[in-house]
Amino acid sequence: MSEPVIKCEAVYKIFGVNAKKMLEESNGKVDAKTFQRNGCIVGVNNASFEVSKGEMLVVMGLSGSGKSTLLRCISRLTDATGGKIFIEGQDLLQLKNKELIDLRRNKMGMVFQSFALLPHKTVVENIAFPLQVKGINTEDSISKAMDMVKLVGLDGRENYFPRELSGGQQQRVGIARSLAVEPDIWFLDEPFSALDPLIRKEMQDEFLRLQEKLQKTIMFITHDFDEALKLADRIAIMKDGIIEQLDTPANIVLNPATEYVRKFTEEVPREKVLIIEDVMDAPITENLGELKVSKDEIIENVAQKILTQQKNVSVIDSKNKIVGSINPAKIINTVFGGKENI
Amino acid sequence: MEFLKKYPKLFQWLFLLIVFFALCFAIEVPETYKFIRGQAEFVKDPNQSAFIFLGKEWRYYAFDVFWRLPPLLGWLPIWINDSLFFLMNDWMPMEFWNEDTQEFKTRPLVLQVTRNLTAFMTFLIELIREILLGGLETIVAFTSWDWIDANPWAELPGLPWTIVAVGSAILAYKLSGKGLALFAGLAMFYISIFGQWKPSMQTLSFILVAAPLSFIFGLSLGIAAFKSKRVEKALYPILLVMQTMPQYAVLVPALVLFGVGDHAAVIITMIVAVPPMILLTLLGLRAVPSEVIEAGRMSGCNNWQLMFKVLIPTARRDILIGVNQVIMVCFSMAVISAFIGAKGLGFNLLLALNQLNIGLALEAGLCISLIAILLDKMSLAWANKQVDYFGNLTFFQKNKNALLFGVTVIIGIMLAYFGSIYFKGGYNYFFEVPHNKGISTADFWNKGVDWIFDTFFVYIKAFNTWLIQDVLQPMRALYLRMPAVATLVLVVGAGYIIGGVRSALVVGGLTLFIAFSPWWDRALVTTYMATFGVIVSCIIGFTVGTLCFQNKHSTNFMLGICDIFQTFPSFVYLIPVMMLFGITDTSVLIAVIVYATIPATRYTIEGLRSVPPSLHDAATMSGVTKFQRLFKIEFPLAFPHMMLGLNQTIVFALFMVIIGAFIGTEDLGQYILKALSDKKGAGIGLTLGICVAFIGLIFDNLIRTWVDQRKKHLGID
Repeated sequence: MSEPVIKCEAVYKIFGVNAKKMLEESNGKVDAKTFQRNGCIVGVNNASFEVSKGEMLVVMGLSGSGKSTLLRCISRLTDATGGKIFIEGQDLLQLKNKELIDLRRNKMGMVFQSFALLPHKTVVENIAFPLQVKGINTEDSISKAMDMVKLVGLDGRENYFPRELSGGQQQRVGIARSLAVEPDIWFLDEPFSALDPLIRKEMQDEFLRLQEKLQKTIMFITHDFDEALKLADRIAIMKDGIIEQLDTPANIVLNPATEYVRKFTEEVPREKVLIIEDVMDAPITENLGELKVSKDEIIENVAQKILTQQKNVSVIDSKNKIVGSINPAKIINTVFGGKENI
Repeated sequence: MEFLKKYPKLFQWLFLLIVFFALCFAIEVPETYKFIRGQAEFVKDPNQSAFIFLGKEWRYYAFDVFWRLPPLLGWLPIWINDSLFFLMNDWMPMEFWNEDTQEFKTRPLVLQVTRNLTAFMTFLIELIREILLGGLETIVAFTSWDWIDANPWAELPGLPWTIVAVGSAILAYKLSGKGLALFAGLAMFYISIFGQWKPSMQTLSFILVAAPLSFIFGLSLGIAAFKSKRVEKALYPILLVMQTMPQYAVLVPALVLFGVGDHAAVIITMIVAVPPMILLTLLGLRAVPSEVIEAGRMSGCNNWQLMFKVLIPTARRDILIGVNQVIMVCFSMAVISAFIGAKGLGFNLLLALNQLNIGLALEAGLCISLIAILLDKMSLAWANKQVDYFGNLTFFQKNKNALLFGVTVIIGIMLAYFGSIYFKGGYNYFFEVPHNKGISTADFWNKGVDWIFDTFFVYIKAFNTWLIQDVLQPMRALYLRMPAVATLVLVVGAGYIIGGVRSALVVGGLTLFIAFSPWWDRALVTTYMATFGVIVSCIIGFTVGTLCFQNKHSTNFMLGICDIFQTFPSFVYLIPVMMLFGITDTSVLIAVIVYATIPATRYTIEGLRSVPPSLHDAATMSGVTKFQRLFKIEFPLAFPHMMLGLNQTIVFALFMVIIGAFIGTEDLGQYILKALSDKKGAGIGLTLGICVAFIGLIFDNLIRTWVDQRKKHLGID
C-alpha cells in the first residue's frame, strides 16, 4: 500500500497557558482532570491514525469531544501542542507560513458547519475566491467557478448573495468553494448538521455521488452516528479528546470496543449497516439453492430475496467465485436476534 | 424584612438619596458664595487663600471644603500651556534645510514637524480646491513664484459648475442609480444658482481631504488595535475620552500646534473623526465569525488577503457606520473650524449667524446639509456596489459613463466659452455664479422671521419667560445648591450600587477631577442644561419611537428621517431656533432637544425591533392586549438597548450645550469659546474639554455597566 495521505502520530492539543510545559512533564500520559485543575483544557488526547488515498474517514463524537479540534490541528488552523502530523509525507508542523499557504491553495479544501460564506460576495464570487487568492485572473477564475456552480447544481443562482439562499443551497456553495482549487484532501466539519433532515439526506446522497466521481481523501466530522455509518469507509469515535475506537462501520457495530461506543450501536438497525460478508458462513454444498448474492450487498437490500428461499444461498465475490453461504435463519437472527447470535 | 431582602437595590437607592439630601440640608450655603465668574483667572481676591506647593504659590477660595472643593487643579491648564510652548519653541532644536533661504536653520523638532505636516495638508487641499475652482498655488508648489511671473499662462483653470454638477450626477448614477443621480444634479444646481458655489467647493475640497484621511487612519489604527492587544490598551482611554470630548475643545491646542487655516482644520477634524472610526472598525472586525476567518485561511489567504478580502468586507456593516460617522464629523467640523480660519460655507454660516441674518445662514446651512447627505449616500452606494461578470458588454456600453463625462466636459467648456462672450460685465454665469449674483431667498426668510416675531412676539415672549423663570432658573438654582460633597456622595454611591467598587472608583475619580478644577460651578450649569435637554429629548424620543414602531412604514420613515437629520452639521440646528427665540437660553435648549431627540428616537425603534419575533408570538398566544405586550414584553426587553440610546442622547446633548455657547450661555462652553481667542488659552481649552468629556464619561460608565448587567440578566446580547 502506498504512503498514507494523512498520518497522525500521538497528536495532542491542550488549551491553556502552560499547556506545552505540562504536556512535556506528563510523559505522554495526559489525564484531563489533572490538567483541568491546573487551568488547561485537553482538546485532543493522543490521537494516532492514518488516512490513505481516496479513503473517507469519519470522525464521530458528541459536542466537546474534540473532533473539530482534531480537524483544525490537521488543517493547522490551530497548532497541535504535541505529536506529529504528516500530509503526504510532509511534516505539517514544520512548514513555514508560506509553504502552509501553498499547501492550502493547492491541496486542501474545507467545508464549514455554518457555511462561512463571505457575505459581500455572490455565489460565483465566493466560489472563485480561493482561485483569485491564488492569483488566477478574474476571467479564468469566474469561468472555473461557473463549472463548480454547475457541479453542485446551482446554475441560475450564480449572482445571488448568500443571504438570498436556503441553508442547503448555501452549503452547496461552501462545497463548491472547497472544491474549486481541486484539492486532494477534503475536510468537512459537520457540513450537514445545520440543515433540515430531508435536505440533509439529499445532501448526503449528493455528497456520495460527488465522492464517487472525485475520489478525494476525506476527513468528515459529524455528531450524527447514522450519518457516519452511511458515509464512512472507516469511523473514528471520539470522547473527551480520546479516539475510543477506529474501525469500519461494520466492525464498530459488531464489536464495539468500549461501553461508550456500544451505546451508539445499540439502536442501529444492523441490516442497514452490515453487508453479507460480515455475517456469512463457510461455503456449503448441501441444500443449496439457485440464488447467488454478492458479498458486498447490504443485508437490507437482499434480505427479502434470501428470506423467500427455503434453501441455502451462495455468496459470491466480484469475480463470481463462491466465497461463502448464508441461510434465511441467519438473516432473521441478524435482524431480530441479540448480539450473541451473529 | 422580607421586603428588604426581596428588593435590596431599592433600599440601597433610598439610603443613598437620604444621605444625599441630609448632606444638602446639613451643609449651609456660605454667605460669601455667589455664582463666581472668572474663577479661572485667579485674580487677587480677599476671599482667596494661598499656599506654597512645588515652589509656587497656589491660590484658592477659602470657603468651606464641604461646600466646594478647592481648585487644586488650577495649575493644570498653565502646566499644559507651558509644556505646549516648550515643545513648540525649545524642545530638541535641530538643523533643517530651508528651501527659501537656501541654508540650514535651527528649529525645534516639533515646530518643524508640524509645519511640514501643515504644508502637506495645505498642498492637498489647494490641489483639490484648484481643480474645482482654479488657482495658482498648486503650480507654485512644484515650481516657484518667479516661474509663475515668467509664465503668466500657468494657472489651473478650474471646472465650470456645469461640469461638476453633471459629473457628480453621472458618478451618482454609476454608483447607485437614477434617484441619487437626480438628487446630486439638483443639489449642485441649487448650490450654483444660489451663488454658494465658491464657498461650497471650498468646503467640499476640505471634506475630500479630511474624510478619506480620517477613514484611512481610523481603519489602519483599528486594524492595529485588532491585531495587537497592546495597541488596543494604549488607544482605549484616548478613544473613550475623545468620544465625549466636545469638538470645540480640541480647536484650542491645535491652534497652538498647527496655526490658523484650512490645514489646521483638517488635522483637528482628523483628531475628532478618527476615534469613532477606530472603535467601529475594531467592533466590526471582532464580530467576524471565526469560521469565516478559518474559511479564508483554508482558501489559502496570506495575512494581507485575509485582512482586506475577508475580514474587512465581512465587517463592512460596522465599518460603513464608521464612514458615516467620519462624514458627519467632517461636516460638523467644517463649520466649527471656521472659528480657526477655515474657508467655505462654515465661515459664511457663522458670519450670517453673527449678524443675525437668519436667511443667509439658512441658505448656507442647507448647502452644507445637501453636500453632507450626498456624500453620505454616495459612499454607502460605493461600498455596496456589485460587479456584473456575465454581461457581454461592448466597449461603448462598458465605458458609457466615462464617455458621457467626456462629452459633458466638452459641452461644459464650450458653454463656458460662449458664456464668456455672451455675458457682459465680467460675470460668466456658465462658469461660476458669483456669490452676490445668485438668487437669494435670504430676504424672504428674514421677513418671515420678522413676521413671526411681530405676530407671535407676545406668545413667544410669554413662553420664553415662563420657561426661564419657572423651569430653568429654579432648576439651575437647585443644581448650584448641591454641596460638592453631596454630589460626590451621590455619584460614587450610584456607581457602587450599579457596578460595585470598581465603577464607584472610576466615577468618583472623574467627579473629583471636575471638583478640583476651577470650574465646578460652570460644570454644574452645563450638567443642568444637558439634563434638562436629555429629559425632554427622551420623553419625546421614546414616545415618538414607540408610536412609530406600531407600523412598519412609519418605522422605516422615522429611521430615514433620523438618518437625514443626523447628517446635518450640529451648527445648523441653531439656525431655526434663533429664528424663533432669538439669543436666549431657550434657543440653546431647544436646539439641544431637537439634536438629542435623534438618537433617543432611533435607539427606541431599534431596541423594540431587536425583541425576537418568537417572543412576540408567544406573548400574543398568551392572549395579551397590545398595551400589555408593549409594557410587559417589549419594553423590558428593549430597555437595555434604549438605555444605550440614552447614553448617545447625553453625549449629543452635551455637545450641543457646548456649541450653544456661541449664542451665549454661562457654562463651560463659554470659557472654551473664550479660550479660542486667547493666546494662552490652549491649556484652559483642553482642561475644559476634559471636564466636559468627564461629565459624559460619568454617565457613560454608569449606563453601560447597568446595561451590561441587565443584558446578562436577561440573557440577550
